Amino acid sequence: MLKNYGNGYYVERDDDRCIRCEVCINQCTYDTHFFDSEDDVIISQDENCINCQRCVSLCPTNAITIRKKVSKYTENFHWKDESILSIKKQAETGGMILTGMGCDKPEFTYWDRILLNASQVTNPSIDPLREPMELLTFLGSKPDNLELEFEENKMSLKTELSPQLRLGIPIMFSALSYGAVSYNVHQALARAASESGTYFNTGEGGLDRRLHKYGKNAIVQVASGRFGVNPDYLDVGAAVEIKIGQGAKPGIGGHLPGEKVGPDISRTRMIPEGTDAISPAPQHDIYSIEDLRQLIYALKEATNYSKPISVKIAAVHNSAAIASGIVRAGADIVALDGVRGSTGAAPKIIRDNVGIPIELAIASVDQRLRDEGIRNKASIVIGGGIRNSGDVLKAIALGADSVYIATSALIAIGCTVCQKCYTGKCPWGIATTDPYISKRINPEIATRRLVNLLKGWSNEIKEIMGGMGINAIESIRGNRLMLRGVGLSDRELSALGIKLAGE
Amino acid sequence: MNWSNNQYDDDKVIDSCGLFGMMDVNGKRFSGKDPIKAMVNMRERGNGLGAGFAVYGLYPEYQDHYAFHIMYMDNLAKEKTEGLLKNNFRIILDEKIPTKEAKVWNPPILWRYFIEPKSSKYDQTLFDDFIVDKVMRINTETGKAFVFSSGKNMGVFKGVGYPEDIAEFFELKENKGYMWTCHSRFPTNTPGWWGGAHPFNILDWTVVHNGELSSYGINKSYLEMFGYNCTMQTDTEVMAYSFDLLMRRQRLPVDVISNILAPPLWSEIDRMSEKKRKLYTILRQCYGSLLMNGPFAVIVAHHGEMIGLSDRIKLRPFSAGMKGNLLFLSSEEAAIRSICPNLDKTWNPRGGEPVVGRLKEPMIEEIAIKRVMKV
Repeated sequence: MLKNYGNGYYVERDDDRCIRCEVCINQCTYDTHFFDSEDDVIISQDENCINCQRCVSLCPTNAITIRKKVSKYTENFHWKDESILSIKKQAETGGMILTGMGCDKPEFTYWDRILLNASQVTNPSIDPLREPMELLTFLGSKPDNLELEFEENKMSLKTELSPQLRLGIPIMFSALSYGAVSYNVHQALARAASESGTYFNTGEGGLDRRLHKYGKNAIVQVASGRFGVNPDYLDVGAAVEIKIGQGAKPGIGGHLPGEKVGPDISRTRMIPEGTDAISPAPQHDIYSIEDLRQLIYALKEATNYSKPISVKIAAVHNSAAIASGIVRAGADIVALDGVRGSTGAAPKIIRDNVGIPIELAIASVDQRLRDEGIRNKASIVIGGGIRNSGDVLKAIALGADSVYIATSALIAIGCTVCQKCYTGKCPWGIATTDPYISKRINPEIATRRLVNLLKGWSNEIKEIMGGMGINAIESIRGNRLMLRGVGLSDRELSALGIKLAGE
Repeated sequence: MNWSNNQYDDDKVIDSCGLFGMMDVNGKRFSGKDPIKAMVNMRERGNGLGAGFAVYGLYPEYQDHYAFHIMYMDNLAKEKTEGLLKNNFRIILDEKIPTKEAKVWNPPILWRYFIEPKSSKYDQTLFDDFIVDKVMRINTETGKAFVFSSGKNMGVFKGVGYPEDIAEFFELKENKGYMWTCHSRFPTNTPGWWGGAHPFNILDWTVVHNGELSSYGINKSYLEMFGYNCTMQTDTEVMAYSFDLLMRRQRLPVDVISNILAPPLWSEIDRMSEKKRKLYTILRQCYGSLLMNGPFAVIVAHHGEMIGLSDRIKLRPFSAGMKGNLLFLSSEEAAIRSICPNLDKTWNPRGGEPVVGRLKEPMIEEIAIKRVMKV
C-alpha cells in the first residue's frame, strides 16, 4: 500500500455553517469528504484534496475553505516540499511523476516584463467605441507581390492566393483532443469557435461525427498516432495541422489509457474499445525535414490544395532554424507551443525542464523568417500560457499572426488549474470521459462562456489598439517598437528585439 | 554618425509638418514666388528646424544629366566624395550651389554636380540602380557627406530654418519649375541637421510628409525584407521606400498603391461587388504590413506626376485645389487661397483617396501606368 502524501492542502469546514447537504461529498471525485451519520458530521480527508475548489464553489453555505499547508519539512530554499515528496514517491514506486496543465515555475514568463505603448500628442489615440477597429486576420501563405493584368483600362488579378483561414479575432482554441477532454467540452469549443468567427483545433483524437457540422471552424490535427484520421475528417476541416510536438512535453508522445476509451471515443479515434491509445514520440514517417515535406504535400494532395497546412512544433532551442525548414517544406502556418504550453498528462520533469519560453521563440522565429525573406510565405500561430488580451497583443507585436489558447478556454468553463488532468477524475467535468462527471459541463453554458471570453478579450484588444492609435491589427503584427522591456538583460532585450522602457 | 538625422537614436524621428505642392499640368514652368508665399502662410506648422523645396524642370539645359546636390560637413569629406564621383561618373559641371545671406542656422558646404555614369553598357533602370547604390554609399561611407538631391532636371533645396529663410538662402524666387513640392517641419526630437530637413529624395522621386506612423515598426521590418535599410528613422523614409518598392519595382499603379497604404475598412470592402471585394481583400492580405497606420498626409512626386494621399481615417489635414492648368495640394486650404483666391475647384480629399496630377504630355518617358482602378 502506497503512502498517501497528500497534495499539501487542509480542508477547513465551518461546522456552524454546514447543513449536511452532502453536496461536497457528491461533487468530490477524489473521495475527500464523507458523512459520519452516527456523529452527524462531515469529515474531510485532507490528503485526498487536490484543491480543485469544486466543493468550495458549490457549497450553499460557504462552509468550506481550503488552505495551503506551510512546508511540513524544515524550510529549505533548495529542497522544497515538491522535490522531497517527488523523491519519496519515486522511491516507493520507481515511476515517473505525472502532472497536468502547463509549467508552473515562475522563471519562464517574459510577458510580465514587457510593456505596451500608447499614443500621446504627436499622434491621436482612437476611441474604439466610436470608430472602427479591425481585428480581421488571415492565416496562410501570401505572395511577395501581386500580379495585375490590364485590359481595356480594366484591371484584373492574375495572382491566386493559396487557401487562407479567416479569423474575426486573432485567437483560436488550441488542440484539446477528444478523450483528453469530454465530448461536451469539444462541442462547446466547436460551437464557440463557429459563433465567434474563429477556429478550434480538434487535437489528435479525431472529430466526433456529431461535430462535423462545425468543420468549417475546425483545424483537424494529424499526429503521430493518426487517431481518427480518415478522408471525411480531412475533408470536413478548414485546415490540417501536423502535430510534431507540444510545449508541455517536447519530444515525447502521448498515452490515453484504455479505461478512457469508451464507445464514442473508440469510434472517433478508430481504435477498439478499452485499448490504450498510444501516440509515438515522433511521427514514424517523419525522421527528417524532407519527410515532413512529403507529409505536407500528401495532405495537400489529399485535400486537393484547398486547405492551409499547419505544422505545430514545441518551441525548442533551435526552433528558428526548424521553423525556416518548415516554411521551406511548404507549410502555410507554423504553430509554436512554448514551455508553458499545457497538457492533459505529461511527466513533470519534462513539462518543467524542456523547451523554451514562447516569447523568445516568437521573436527568434519571426526574425529568422524575415532575415531569410520568407516571412510572407507562412503565418505564425503561437500558444503556451496566454493568460489575457495583453499577452495576446504582446505576442502579436513580437511577430505572431494569431494565438492559440487552451488553458484560458478551460478556465472559462470551470477549470481551476489544479494540475490533476491526468487522473481522468476532473471534478469540473472537463478532463474526463466519465459520463457521470462529464455531465457537469453544460455545452450551452460553456459555449456562452467561451464566446463571452473572446468578446471580452477582443474588446480589450480594441481598446489597447485604439490607445496606440492603430485601427488594424496588421499594423501591430511584428511591430516591436510598440513594446518595451523592464528588468531584462541586454541579451534578453536583443533576443526579444525590443528596447528597454525609457529608451 | 553623431550628426545623423536622429542623434538620440530613438525608434524614429517624431515630427509634424506643413506640406504644399503645386503643378502646372501643361508643363509650363513658374517661379518659386507662389509656393514660397503659400509656405509662409503656413508658418505655424513649422518651428524653424527644417524646411525645403523640390523643383521639377529646374535644369532644362542639363536635362540628360543627373544633378547631385551634396552637403559636406568639411572639406576632407568633399575631397573623398569627389574622388568617388570621379571614379564612377563623368562630371559635366561642378559648382557651389548659389546662396546668399539669410536667417539660416549653420549651413554646411553645399555643392552641385551634373554627372553621367561612365559605363555605357547600362540601360535606364540599371542606371537608376547604379545611382541609388552610389548615393547610399556616399551617404553612409564618408560619414560627413550627404547627397540630398540626385534626379535629372530637378533639384531639392533644404536646410535648417523657416521656409522663407531657406528660400531666400537658396534664392529660390528666381528659380523656375513646372512642379514644386514644399515642406516645413516641427520636429520634436532632432537637432539642426540639414540633411534631416525634407523633401526626402532619391533619383527624381521626392516625398514630403506630415505624420506619425504608429505602424512604423512593422512597415520598416517589411521593407527590410526587400533590402531597404531605414537608417534615417523617419516616417518619410519609410513612405519613400514603400513607393519605390510598389511603384518602381513592382510597377503597381497609383490607385492600387493608395489602397495598400491607406486601404478601405473591412466593413466597406464587405459591401463591394464580388470581383472588387476579392481584389481589395487580397491587397490587404498581401500588403497588410505596408498599411500606414496613424496620421499622415504625403505628397510624392517624380517627373510628370504628383500624388497626394492622406491616411485612411484622415487624421491629418489635406486639401486640394484647381485653377486652370494648376493643381494645388496643401496641408491647409488657406495656403492655396493665399496665392490663388479664385480657385475653379477646391476639395478635401477623403482619407485614403489619392489626388493625382499628371502632365498632359510627359516631359520624360516614364513607366507610371496610367489607369484608374477599374475592376
